[in-house]
Amino acid sequence: MVDFDFGVIIRSAGYLFYEGMAFTLFLTFFAGTLGFALGILLAVLRSSSYRPVRWLAATYVNTIRSLPLVLVIFWFFFLVPFVTQWVVGSPRPVAVGAVWSALITFTLFEAAYFCEIIRSGINGIPRGQIEASSALGFRPVQRFLLIILPQAVRNMTPVILTQLIILFQDTSLVYVVSLTDFLGAAGKIGQRDGRLVEMYLFSAAVYFVICYAASILVRRLSERNTISLARVGS
Amino acid sequence: MAALIDMKLVSKWYGDLHVLKECTASVTKGEVVVICGPSGSGKSTLIKCLNGLEQIQKGTIIVDGIDLGSPKTDLPALRSRIGMVFQHFELFPHLDVLANLTLAQTKVLRRAKAEAEERAMTLLKRVGLEAKARSYPAQLSGGQQQRVAIARALAMDPVAVLFDEPTSALDPEMISEVLDVMVALAREGTTMVAVTHEMGFARQVADRVIFMDGGEIVEDAPSGGFFEQPQSERARAFLSKILAHTAG
Amino acid sequence: MNYYWNWSIFFDPAPDGSATYLQMILAGAATTCIIAVFSAAIAIAVGVPMGIAARQSGMVGSAARAYVELFRNIPLLAQMFLWYFVLPELLPRDLQILVKQSPDGPLVLGTLSLGFYSAARICEQVRAALNAIRAGQWQAARALGLRPVQTYRYVLLPRAFRLLIPTMTSEFISIVKNSAVILTIGVMELTASARAMQEYSFQIFESFIAATLLYLMINFVIVAIMSAAEVLSGTEADRSATRTHRGGKHG
Repeated sequence: MVDFDFGVIIRSAGYLFYEGMAFTLFLTFFAGTLGFALGILLAVLRSSSYRPVRWLAATYVNTIRSLPLVLVIFWFFFLVPFVTQWVVGSPRPVAVGAVWSALITFTLFEAAYFCEIIRSGINGIPRGQIEASSALGFRPVQRFLLIILPQAVRNMTPVILTQLIILFQDTSLVYVVSLTDFLGAAGKIGQRDGRLVEMYLFSAAVYFVICYAASILVRRLSERNTISLARVGS
Repeated sequence: MAALIDMKLVSKWYGDLHVLKECTASVTKGEVVVICGPSGSGKSTLIKCLNGLEQIQKGTIIVDGIDLGSPKTDLPALRSRIGMVFQHFELFPHLDVLANLTLAQTKVLRRAKAEAEERAMTLLKRVGLEAKARSYPAQLSGGQQQRVAIARALAMDPVAVLFDEPTSALDPEMISEVLDVMVALAREGTTMVAVTHEMGFARQVADRVIFMDGGEIVEDAPSGGFFEQPQSERARAFLSKILAHTAG
Repeated sequence: MNYYWNWSIFFDPAPDGSATYLQMILAGAATTCIIAVFSAAIAIAVGVPMGIAARQSGMVGSAARAYVELFRNIPLLAQMFLWYFVLPELLPRDLQILVKQSPDGPLVLGTLSLGFYSAARICEQVRAALNAIRAGQWQAARALGLRPVQTYRYVLLPRAFRLLIPTMTSEFISIVKNSAVILTIGVMELTASARAMQEYSFQIFESFIAATLLYLMINFVIVAIMSAAEVLSGTEADRSATRTHRGGKHG
């Protein structure tokens, strides 16, 4: 048994939270928002009347969802410089930096998951709603934006928020491209001071407190949601 | 004659909700008793207390000489001797009809497979469904499923059969096939306790009718007397509603 | 894009000692399969009893639910570091040396980590499937005199498993996907092999395309096995039963 020194946490708290946790939250927030928006777009494309568009969107979503996030991170980490080169017409692959690369990766990765969440939300809407909105004279775009999407998002809110909690946890995998998020910061301090045990225990505890609290909030919200929806139904 | 089922001052609460209030009644061997009353009156809860599916907080229930409240009572063993038929049939959908009838015979009564199957086939014949032995519940109509459920209860050779609204989940055209089976059972002398709104059935075969309202047993009378001269205002109101509905 | 494609790279000798890059990446795929199979076995062995336990009241139920919350709310990577860096420190001296010096230490600890993490997910799925079975089924089994263990054995679990086959398919695929996290503690599974091949050979896209195809193949095999299981267990009859039931008139 080693002797523990939890004082290392207090000494490194500034770095852990202002550097590490700040990046974790930055990535969660932006990849979450952008991925959500892109997910809606993918959901629309997946129901396009154009078969090639439908097929492309479906292939993208299904492939991404079949692959480990770690592999996807590597994929984009190397692919993004080539794509950027092609877009800006540079003679060589463009180094975009690990942060941007991570943001792009998580956005594109999350979009596939959000796409399926949105789609199942749309599938859950009773046919009568679609018929009723058509009967009122809404055009397809209006119907989607005003009637279908709001209901789908509302019904899926707990699932969407749960996906954000998963994303918050998944951002720790930026470790594989040597970015420093909260867990990475803890690991670095732990390595430097020979206090890996303390640092990893502490970071696990912090993740647990945040995610557990968030999941309780989501559960409360979904219970309230169910009740209010049940009222509308009765 | 000693009562087969005897309950005294039975009370039950769900949290603060007082669902059964000092219910006292008994059923002797061979009797057919119908329990009726408005919805929420506690009749389904009461019948589920008789085989211990619902716990009571006060009072005693003695079935076939065994005290349900005693911690020494082997409830599963007792239940195996009391048949029960449910509102939603509750056949086991992953088992075919024959397996539904033999599962408890072999696992609870430890009958040999051949013996259990023979007993099952006899009973299926009796409810007119021997041809469906190898079908799955999902392939049967509601009425057929309920007849299988009755056969499943009878396969255990019970001393009494409890019916919890056996026809209320059925489409109207299927009710009579189930009632016919129940009437035949009653005529053979089976001890039966049935929660039902089928007043025709009650008139035809019930020895007694128990009327419940608000968790209380309001009336407990021979069936003739109950229908001709209900004693309470609540029973009169209930009967006029339900008979008007049936006539309409 | 000016990228120099070279598919014959797979037949070049790999610097890690494998005869070719192809063999190196296939060995990675085999490791991934081994991790997934053992993790899934742990997840089922721990998760199914836990799923039953989580429905009980009292200490047993609370403990099972606490397990789920604990494993679900900490990132898998952090859990893996706990198993790899922290757990050995808490072991008795002899065992600690064994774990730290064994070349298979990371593989074993990583598989345990993934197994216990996945157990929490299986537990939730089993609990949800059991809860989806109408209470009347439990009552009917009890009314026939079946004891609680018999009710689970003959009525609830067989039904739950049929309901669970589709969710289990995606759980197994998740286990395969999550197994890539083990590369962080130095196990050469499929993603790690592709990454190593890319570093040695500079053939970025060939390496990752190979890994992608192998993952898709593994998933395909899982889906095929589970579909066969679905057919063998006659899930269709059960599903239509549920449908008829729901469609039926409820009083």
